[in-house]
Amino acid sequence: MKIVVLVKQVPDTAADKRLDPDTLAVDRGAVDGLINEMDEFAIEEALQLVEKHGGEVTVVSMGPEDANDAYKKALQMGADKAVFLTDPALAGSDALATSLALAKVLGTLEYDLVILGSEASDARTSLVPALLAERLGLPQLSFASKVEIEGAAIKINRLTDYGHDVVEAALPAVVSVVEKINEPRYPSFKGIMAAKKKPVDTLDAAGVGIDAAEVGWAGSRTKVLDATVAPPRAKGTIVSDEGNGGVELVEFLASKKFV
Amino acid sequence: MSEILVLVEHTDGDVKKVTLELLTKARALGAPSAVFIGSGFEKAKDKLAEYGAAKVYVAESAELTGYVVAPKAELLAKLVTDHEPAAVLVAATAEGKEVAGRLAVKTSSGVLTDAVDLNLVDGAFVAEQSIFGGSSIVHSAVTAGTPIIAMRPNATPPAPEAAAAERVDVEVTLTEAAKLARVVEKVVVPKGDRPELTEAAIVVSGGRGVGSAEKFSVIEALADQLGAAVGASRAAVDSGWYPHQSQVGQTGKTVSPQLYVACGISGAIQHRAGMQTSKTIVAVNKDAEAPIFELVDYGVVGDLFAVVPQATEEIAKRK
Ligand SMILES: Cc1cc2nc3c(=O)[nH]c(=O)nc-3n(C[C@H](O)[C@H](O)[C@H](O)COP(=O)(O)OP(=O)(O)OC[C@H]3O[C@@H](n4cnc5c(N)ncnc54)[C@H](O)[C@@H]3O)c2cc1C
Repeated sequence: MKIVVLVKQVPDTAADKRLDPDTLAVDRGAVDGLINEMDEFAIEEALQLVEKHGGEVTVVSMGPEDANDAYKKALQMGADKAVFLTDPALAGSDALATSLALAKVLGTLEYDLVILGSEASDARTSLVPALLAERLGLPQLSFASKVEIEGAAIKINRLTDYGHDVVEAALPAVVSVVEKINEPRYPSFKGIMAAKKKPVDTLDAAGVGIDAAEVGWAGSRTKVLDATVAPPRAKGTIVSDEGNGGVELVEFLASKKFV
Repeated sequence: MSEILVLVEHTDGDVKKVTLELLTKARALGAPSAVFIGSGFEKAKDKLAEYGAAKVYVAESAELTGYVVAPKAELLAKLVTDHEPAAVLVAATAEGKEVAGRLAVKTSSGVLTDAVDLNLVDGAFVAEQSIFGGSSIVHSAVTAGTPIIAMRPNATPPAPEAAAAERVDVEVTLTEAAKLARVVEKVVVPKGDRPELTEAAIVVSGGRGVGSAEKFSVIEALADQLGAAVGASRAAVDSGWYPHQSQVGQTGKTVSPQLYVACGISGAIQHRAGMQTSKTIVAVNKDAEAPIFELVDYGVVGDLFAVVPQATEEIAKRK
């Protein structure tokens, strides 16, 4: 079974993120980049499926030239090879343009399954899995908390507002996973060493047949008009409970008219 | 006035509050037409009329809800082609956003998600989004196609203004591509009488500090005194103490209530991502160093099993 995992490099979630005042895009230079945490669950799921059913895992990433920590981490965890799409023309791509570029890369690969994390921690739109399924004409199996494969059939639990749906489809399919699905492994020392020798195929937009007018700033169908930093929250009152903390808390709530 | 499509969120005709918010917003920007997919329109009709839907496109075929998301996007795409609305509004729920995204591909339109406000500026729809956990505010516009906007629950106070809710039946012949992901079973977790998490004015959440499923009754008791919804951290959900639909945070729900009360929650970045735009934040935690205290308007350093029941009792006394 051939599995493609899509990973994204994002600014460290713990760091203060801001928009670049000139481009109004995420200022990637301002903070350290690392793999989007949710994507580790996607890699782990792919590795477990391959351990069970055989096959190989290709990791695909798209980003600025130096954004190679994400796919490297995937290779260290155990993915077999990487495809890295990088091109200045891709800068500024919104979710729609990104999904178009990724669909083009997928068009050059053979696969039975595409796995993604259900959300990137920077933009947080959760759109790309659904967009890719739409573009590729494949079943959308998003927000999966459990994945089972039997022959050419796949079954997932899709988390919903009311509980979950059990969803079935035929392979190939696009799956996005939530963090309930597994416990991502840490790369072993051996894994880290082995990753250095794994093949990385670096591609540009033209190389996968992307029309530059359809991606990046030019191809995006949305535009950020302005961005302002919100005023920081005012510092609150913190008290120690000396036996009356609950009552004092209610006094505060009453002062705000919640009680 | 130009038509604005509003996709109705409902459970068998029980219309969610966010839909009333969207109708209210759409009325300020154009003439709202609701789009009702699935069963239960008769039950939904009065609510949709009360909140100003002039027209309701109704598609009741079971096929539309028997597959993941794609059929809804196909139906909306047909409506967009046939009626050329000025915009399409959906709720920024997990599924709402997916419908919006697929619709955007189908109609070559731009899509904006998680809008907290929407206005017409020189004839263009401009969405306000609160990003990076509320630390930046951006305004964005759709530059091609029909603007598709997914709006956060709790962003617009719903206000009634009666309209006819005239029923217009629509039919769509689904393509094979819309029927690839079959829902074979729906597992519904009973949800009780408390307000819905994303819609509630007050949310009381419990974390690992609560210690067990049974002890969540302490959180629930306070929630009930306040008329609040109950939330949970991932640690509490993964321990099996509370269902995942109650998870607040990056991979759970994003809530923006008037008041958020965090009990026994440390305030990890992924938890904050789901609650830090709450208007007032209160925390009870025995660790004075817990990062949640960086966010609070009021914090009590102490044992939640002493503080929370005392607060619950005090509120009851004051009633
Ligand atoms: C990809 C990813 C996604 C994630 N998504 C989410 C998400 O959506 N939501 C989420 O919440 N987390 C999420 N997390 C997990 C997050 O990183 C934290 O692990 C989690 O929020 C911790 O939950 P907690 O605060 O309940 O537990 P802890 O961090 O263990 O904190 C428990 C707190 O309770 C306090 N406490 C203990 N006993 C008492 C007592 N008797 N009285 C008062 N205080 C007490 C302790 O002092 C401590 O501060 C995610 C993580 C990853 C990697």
